[in-house]
Amino acid sequence: MSNYVPHTAKDIREMLEAIGVKSIDDLFRDIAPALRPKSFDIPEGKSEFEVCRSVQKLAGKNATDLTNFVGAGFYDHYIPAAVDALASRSEFYTAYTPYQPESSQGWLRAIYEYQTAVCELTGLDVANASLYDGGTALYEAAMMAVRLTGRHKIIVDQGVNLIYRTMLYTYTTNLSIEFVETPVVHGQSARAEILKHLDDRTAAVIVQNPNFFGAIDDYTDVASKAHAAGALAILSVYPIALGMLKSPGEMGFDIATGEGQSLGIPLSFGGPYLGFMACKQELVRQMPGRIVGATVDSDGKRGFVLTLQTREQHIRREKATSNICSNEALCALRAVIYLSLMGKTGLKELARLNYDKAEFAKSILEKVPGVTVKRTSPTFNEFTICLPRNADDVVHKMIDKGFAAGFPLGRFYKGLDNYLLMAVTEKRTREELMKFRDSLEAVLCD
Amino acid sequence: MRLIFEKNVEGRRGIKIQAPDVPAAKLPDGKYLRKTAAHLPDVSELDVVRHYTNLSRMNYSVDTNFYPLGSCTMKYNPKFTEALASLEGFTAVHPLLPQLAGGGALTQGSLEVLYHTKKLLCEITGMADFTTQPLAGAHGELTGVMLIAAYHRHHGSRRKYIIVPDSSHGTNPASAAIAGYQVVVIPTDKDGYMNMVEYKKQLNDQTAAVMLTCPDTLGIFNPRIKEITDLAHAVGALMYYDGANMNAMLGKCRPGDIGFDVIHLNLHKTFATPHGGGGPGAGPVGVSEKLVDFLPIARVVKRSDGTFALDYHRHKSIGYIAPFYGNFGVILKAYAYILMLGRQGLIEATEYAVLNANYCRARLKEYYDIPYDRICMHECVLSASRQARNGVRAVDIAKYLIDKGFHPMTIYFPMIVRESMMIEPTETESKETLDLFIETMIEIARLAETDPETIRRAPLTRPVKRLDETRAAREPNLRWRPNGVWQAEAPGN
Repeated sequence: MSNYVPHTAKDIREMLEAIGVKSIDDLFRDIAPALRPKSFDIPEGKSEFEVCRSVQKLAGKNATDLTNFVGAGFYDHYIPAAVDALASRSEFYTAYTPYQPESSQGWLRAIYEYQTAVCELTGLDVANASLYDGGTALYEAAMMAVRLTGRHKIIVDQGVNLIYRTMLYTYTTNLSIEFVETPVVHGQSARAEILKHLDDRTAAVIVQNPNFFGAIDDYTDVASKAHAAGALAILSVYPIALGMLKSPGEMGFDIATGEGQSLGIPLSFGGPYLGFMACKQELVRQMPGRIVGATVDSDGKRGFVLTLQTREQHIRREKATSNICSNEALCALRAVIYLSLMGKTGLKELARLNYDKAEFAKSILEKVPGVTVKRTSPTFNEFTICLPRNADDVVHKMIDKGFAAGFPLGRFYKGLDNYLLMAVTEKRTREELMKFRDSLEAVLCD
Repeated sequence: MRLIFEKNVEGRRGIKIQAPDVPAAKLPDGKYLRKTAAHLPDVSELDVVRHYTNLSRMNYSVDTNFYPLGSCTMKYNPKFTEALASLEGFTAVHPLLPQLAGGGALTQGSLEVLYHTKKLLCEITGMADFTTQPLAGAHGELTGVMLIAAYHRHHGSRRKYIIVPDSSHGTNPASAAIAGYQVVVIPTDKDGYMNMVEYKKQLNDQTAAVMLTCPDTLGIFNPRIKEITDLAHAVGALMYYDGANMNAMLGKCRPGDIGFDVIHLNLHKTFATPHGGGGPGAGPVGVSEKLVDFLPIARVVKRSDGTFALDYHRHKSIGYIAPFYGNFGVILKAYAYILMLGRQGLIEATEYAVLNANYCRARLKEYYDIPYDRICMHECVLSASRQARNGVRAVDIAKYLIDKGFHPMTIYFPMIVRESMMIEPTETESKETLDLFIETMIEIARLAETDPETIRRAPLTRPVKRLDETRAAREPNLRWRPNGVWQAEAPGN
C-alpha cells in the first residue's frame, strides 16, 4: 500500500460493515464486466528515493549552463529567494479557490493586492485574479471587445508575438471573426495601414509594447483613432518594461494584457505562467475570470470575497463571459510578492538597469564586423541585429560556445533569415556581454 | 490586518539591485516614458515575509485541514514532487531552447518527461494519443471541443449542437458555447441518470458531441454509458469525457475502452498536484485514433534513435492552444506521482476514495436527505433540505464546519439538488478524520433541531465573521487606492 493511503485492514473491515457491503469490489458493481479495462499496463510503484533518482537524471539531461539571450516574450530575470520561500508555504499552495471567504482571507487579500499591483502597473482601473498566460489573456481581451461592441472585425499589428496571434486564430476558428493584420515597417506599426482598416465593423485594435522586435512606441494615437471608430484598444505589455515605459492607461487603452512570467516566475520550459488582464472600470462586467472585492463582515470589519460571480461559468454556464475555472493563482501570488519586494523604487531601478545593459550590448555588438544593430526605433531590453549570414547557423555555433544567442526571426517572419532577436536582462553581466561579443566575432570569422 | 500597500513607507527597500556594471545610457524620448510611477509598496524584505507568512495562516488548506470540497479532489499533495519540480535542471530551461538549431539536444530531459507522461495517460485512459498542452481542466474542454469541430469540419460540416446533461460542471456548457456551439441541456431523471427519452429526442445529425462527466456530479456511474455512447456514434456525433472525476475510475474503467473520443484529465485532481489556491492546474487531452491528426502543435515525438523532438509539421492540427508544451512544472509532478504509485497504487487510490465517500454517505444518511441514495463513487451528494425547514441552510452548515476546523464541502452544486452538499473525502484521509467530520455533521443535524441560531451565527473563530457578498457585488471595490474609501486600520501586524 502506498504511504498516501492510511487505511489498515481493520479500518477497511469496519468501513465496509458500516456501508453494508462485503468487499470493496461491491462498491464498483455499477461498472459491468464488459466495461472493465482491456488493459492497465502501468509499471509497478517505486519508492520516493527511486523516483527522485530517475527524475533527477532527467533534469541532468537538460542544459542549464548556457548564458541566455533568448527572450521573445519569456525572460530570464532574477527571482529573489523570498518569492520561493513564501509561495512554497503549503497553506497557500494546498488550498483551492477561496469559495468560502471566512476560511480563505489570506488568499483573498493576496489576490486583492495582486489586482491592485496589476492596476498600478498598467494604469488601469480593475484587474482580474489571473488567466492562464499572456496568449489566452489576449484572446479573452479580443472576445471582450467583440461582446462589448457587437462587432466582429479585429485589427492585429504584426508586432504582436506570433505565438499569440496564432493562438487568437486557433481559438476563433469556429466563430465568425475577421482578423486583419497590419505590418510593422522599420520596427514601427504602420499607422496608415491601421487607419485604412479601422471602420464601423471593427471591434478592437491590438498592438504590443515593446513589440516582438523589441521596439517601444507611444500608441496614444492608435488608441484615440480606435475610439473615434467606436472600437476598443487593446495593448499587450511586458510588465518589467512598465517600470519605465508609458502605461496602457496613460496611452488611453481600454484593456491591457500580458505574460506575467517575468514577475518572479521561473521559465520552467513553458509553464506554469501567468496571464494578467486589466481594464477600464466600465468594462468590468464583461471581464473573464475570478475577481476579488472588498466588503465588510457582520461587525462592519473589512473583509474580502470573490465577487461579480454572475459573469462566471459555475453560475452562468453557457452564458458565462468565459469558461475559465482554475486559473494561475499561485503564479499571481508570486507576482505580487515579487512586486512588493521590488516596490515603486526597485521596479524603476530594475527597468533602468535592463535598458542600460541592452544599450551597452548594442554598442559593443555593432562594432562586430558584419553585424548591424537595428536602430530605427528605441527599444527596452530586447533588440534585433542583422547578421552577415543565416541566424540559425550562427545560433547553432554559439550554443557550442556556451550561449543561447537569441531567437532567429526567420522562424516566424519570412525574409528575416539573417535576423536575430536578443534579450539582455539584468542578469547579464558586462563580462558575459564582452565574452559574447568575442565569441560572435569568432563564429562569424569562421 | 493592513494590506501590503498600507505598509508603504517612503525610503524602505525590499530588494537590493546590483550596481550597474555598464554606463548609463541616454533615455529614449519622454513620450515613450511613464509620467506616473506604479505605486507599488516600498517595504522591507521582512515586511513582505511577515505579511505573506501571516496571510498564509489565514487560509484553510489540505496540509492544515480536512478539505472535502466535492468535485475538486483535494487529496494530499506529496512533497517530493514539489522538490523535483523545483530542480534547476527543469526550472531554468527556456521554452524556446528546443526550437533553436541545436537546442533539442539540450532539452532531452524535459521532452522525455512530456513524452512519457503522455504515454502513461494513454494507458490509464485507453486513449490513442494525448496532448499535455491544455493549462487547466476547462482549457482542456475548450481544446477538446475545438478538436471535435475540426474533425466534423474535415468531414464536411462542423455541426451545430453539443449535448450536456443538466448535472454537468458549468465549464462544459461554457466551453461548448465559447467554441461556437449551441448547447442542448438534457434533464436528469428520478434515479439520477440522464433522461434517455429526452436524450434520444435531441440527438440528431447536427449533434457534434455529447459531453459527459463520468462518474457524474452526483457521484454516480451511469450503467447505460455504453448505450449513450453507441447512440451518439450512430448519428455521427463524438463522445466527450469530462475526466474531472477520474479519481473514481483508475484501473476500474477506461473511457477509451467504452468508446469515448475525447477526454480531459485534471492533473491537479486525480494526479495529486496542488491546487495552488485556484491554480495552476493542467488539463491534458486524450483522443481516439480518428482525432489524433487534429491535436495541437507542437507534438512531442520519439525518434527512431531514441531521442525526443518537437514536431510542428501536422497540417490537420488545430494549431497553437498554448504558447508551449503545457504547464510543465505541473505535468512533472503528476509524472513523478504516477511513477511512485504505480499500477497497484493507482487502483488503491480509486478504491479507497470510493470507500471513504461511501462511508460518509452511509453514516450520514440517517441525519441528512440523500436525493439519490445508492452506492456512490468518489463523492456523495447530501441535501440540507430537512435542516432548511428549521432555517439551517447548506451555507450555514458550511460556516459552522469552518468553526470546527473543517474546510466545508461544496455547496449548492450540483444545482439540480436543493440545498446540495457535495462531499469528496479522497483516499488520503484516515478513518479517524472521517469519523470526526461525520460526528460534527451529526452534531449539526441535532443542533439544527434544538438550536439553529448557533449554527446561523457561525463562523466566530475566523479573522472575519460572515461577509456581505451583496455589498461586494453592488458597490465593487476591486483594488486598493492611496486615498481610497477604506481607512487604514490601526497599525498591528
